[in-house]
Amino acid sequence: MTAAAETQAVERRQHSLTLYAGAVLVGIHVVIALLTLVWLPYDPSAMAGGRLEPPSWLHWVGTDRLGRDLFTQLMIGSRIALMVGVGAVAIGAVIGVTLGLLAAFASRWLDDALAATLDILIAFPTLLIAMLVVAASDTASLSTAIVALGIALSAIVARLTRILAKRVLLMDYITAARTSGTSWLGIVLIHVLPNIWPTLSVNFALQFGLAVIAEASLSYLGLGAPPPNASWGRLLQEAQGTVYTAPIGAIAPGVALVSLVIGMNLLADGLREAIDPTRQAR
Amino acid sequence: MSLVRVDDVSFGYARDRRILDAVSLDITAGDTIGLVGESGSGKTTLLRLLLGLQRPASGSISFDGTPLDPGNAAFMRSFRRQVQVVFQDPYSSLDPRQTVSSIVAEPLRSLRVPGDHTQMVADALASVGLDRDAARRYPHQFSGGQRQRIAIARAIVPSPKLLLADEAVSALDLTTRTRIVDLLRRLGAGMSLVFVSHDIGVVAALCRRIVILEKGRIVEAGETVAVLANPQHPYTQRLLASVPRLKSKDTSP
Amino acid sequence: MSALLDVHRLTIRTGTTTLVRDLSFQTASGERVGLIGESGSGKSLTALAATGLLPAGLVAEGSVELAGQQVIGTPDNQLDQLRGTAAAIVFQEPLTALDPLKRVGRQVAEPLSRRARRDGRPLSGTALDGAVLALLDEVALSDPTRIARAYPHELSGGQRQRIAIAMALACRPDLLIADEPTTALDVTTQAEILNLLDRLVRERNMALLFISHDLPVVANTVERVVVLRKGEAVETGPVATVFGAPQHDYTRSLLAAARSFDDALEGRS
Repeated sequence: MTAAAETQAVERRQHSLTLYAGAVLVGIHVVIALLTLVWLPYDPSAMAGGRLEPPSWLHWVGTDRLGRDLFTQLMIGSRIALMVGVGAVAIGAVIGVTLGLLAAFASRWLDDALAATLDILIAFPTLLIAMLVVAASDTASLSTAIVALGIALSAIVARLTRILAKRVLLMDYITAARTSGTSWLGIVLIHVLPNIWPTLSVNFALQFGLAVIAEASLSYLGLGAPPPNASWGRLLQEAQGTVYTAPIGAIAPGVALVSLVIGMNLLADGLREAIDPTRQAR
Repeated sequence: MSLVRVDDVSFGYARDRRILDAVSLDITAGDTIGLVGESGSGKTTLLRLLLGLQRPASGSISFDGTPLDPGNAAFMRSFRRQVQVVFQDPYSSLDPRQTVSSIVAEPLRSLRVPGDHTQMVADALASVGLDRDAARRYPHQFSGGQRQRIAIARAIVPSPKLLLADEAVSALDLTTRTRIVDLLRRLGAGMSLVFVSHDIGVVAALCRRIVILEKGRIVEAGETVAVLANPQHPYTQRLLASVPRLKSKDTSP
Repeated sequence: MSALLDVHRLTIRTGTTTLVRDLSFQTASGERVGLIGESGSGKSLTALAATGLLPAGLVAEGSVELAGQQVIGTPDNQLDQLRGTAAAIVFQEPLTALDPLKRVGRQVAEPLSRRARRDGRPLSGTALDGAVLALLDEVALSDPTRIARAYPHELSGGQRQRIAIAMALACRPDLLIADEPTTALDVTTQAEILNLLDRLVRERNMALLFISHDLPVVANTVERVVVLRKGEAVETGPVATVFGAPQHDYTRSLLAAARSFDDALEGRS
């Protein structure tokens, strides 16, 4: 085996490791989130022990300043984070892919107008757009936060979709489809979407991480899901006052948040390697 | 009788920058015509006009006596079935995410051609010299020449009256090229063929008639044998003199 | 006889795939040699290996001597000197070989002044400008002053290829390697560029390694050919012998294909 082949083999092993590590991290959160639907260690809104207890066998990461079990709240936080990620990405995908495809197929001036609008929207931070949407709807709730984040993400998805779709539309097989009598809708469904889907889905995994972080920030600012929804962002905010006396209350939600986002990013990287045929074994 | 009639067609945005200038052309049923030109000759634009993908700025194109009108849906469906195309780059002309059977069947599905599609696809693949089990595979599993056969199968599957080929053998290796030319010659017996190419040698081997385009104008047209034996226009003469030949020139210094 | 380029048992691999196997040929100074092959024959890789320009991931074994210096295994900084003086390459697509953001006159000036510095007679200012114009004139570009001020995208494909040839000549190489130099060009332009190459190689007494898939083009350009197929040389010899009485079946099939189009042009088919 030559050096080049060895390097290739090692790289491939690293790629599958990336995918594996990402799947395990995300998988843990998924299992916990599903578990919360049927079982919780404690009632999340009731006092389960003393205030600000340190970690123990009864309370794995201790209790908060109202004596509620922190681990229970973290578990619910996993569920909320996944709901936010899935919901926001789904909304962002539907709006973004539709807009992106419209721009790609549109006449020159409409495309230019859409592209310029998207560029302006992307210049605003995702969080800022989400805050504006929440503010406009004047009730802070979990579903408002999800819709707000979905709208904020849609600009990024739309821009990517537009670029990818335009590249596909230049291929001869699109012209061949036209001369075969395939309608524009048929071209989108049969040729464009299947060819841009792999790249889009990797991007969705990255957007998922963005959405989870943005929701935590919204909740931290009090614009996310209101109590008793135990979003990790709100747990962080509540632990802020006691960060020196009971640091575990701030560290634990932080670790939970970071592990999910890293897991999702690893999954995205692994997916990219797995579905890119040019990087596979020749 | 005339299958396609191109009458005084011009295309281009400004009067002084015409891509095509007053082009007239008659394609009779069963004819094989080579459109020869270099870059900037307008040959690809003429092909797109013949396909109805673009409309001429002036002049008219008619098919079977009916003017080509992209707005006329019923006419366009029958037109699409009668006129098919093969492109130059076999790597760009097949959708990488579809199986060969689904690629070849696309005109049948989209144009709602009646009949047993699976059988028609198998017949088309057989007539371009591909195995029956090619249908289940994906484009990347084939070589350039085989991919071009798949593209030809897709073009002939609805039994068109006119096959347009845009530099269809230019991207292929020499030995593959002769095989695809043989295939097109065989298919040309059953339909009209318009072969667009910069390669006058391939056109000479394939086409009964030849049309020479220069800067958007037809400078010479006629029977291929006659034009090659006795080129009239200076551009045709220069083009023919430029084609490198295998024998001829002495290699001693 | 000491060859200018001596390729001996060259093998190029990537991973476990062998792209060129056990290839040997020589180019004497002033000689014109053609490498013929279809896609995947390894002809372009051989040209890159001859100047030590193989991309990372490709491993060359065997021996390539350019002007008496071993190329395989020699570090890049030592090869730079050799590339400038012993050999220069002209590629298929002149648009990618030229810097799109620089006027072509400046691009030609770079190798000119580098070569002049190396010879101990540095060129600058009006002397350099004059040398650039003389070179553009030599590659038969009309109105060299206007063209020297143009950017690559403002020129036609044929003009760009002339600039690329001028840049190669600026190094005053003993060996000119031309890798499909006319494949991207129109037929009439191709004829002009081939004439130009032929004239320059003779006038400057350069050796030429001409790489092409096009048999008639090769037949009219070189004295000796190497026929490559899937990385192996199947036949080598003078053009008249190889094309006149081919020994290998593959050469015969290539010639039959080329001849069929030739005959069609002559009205015999």
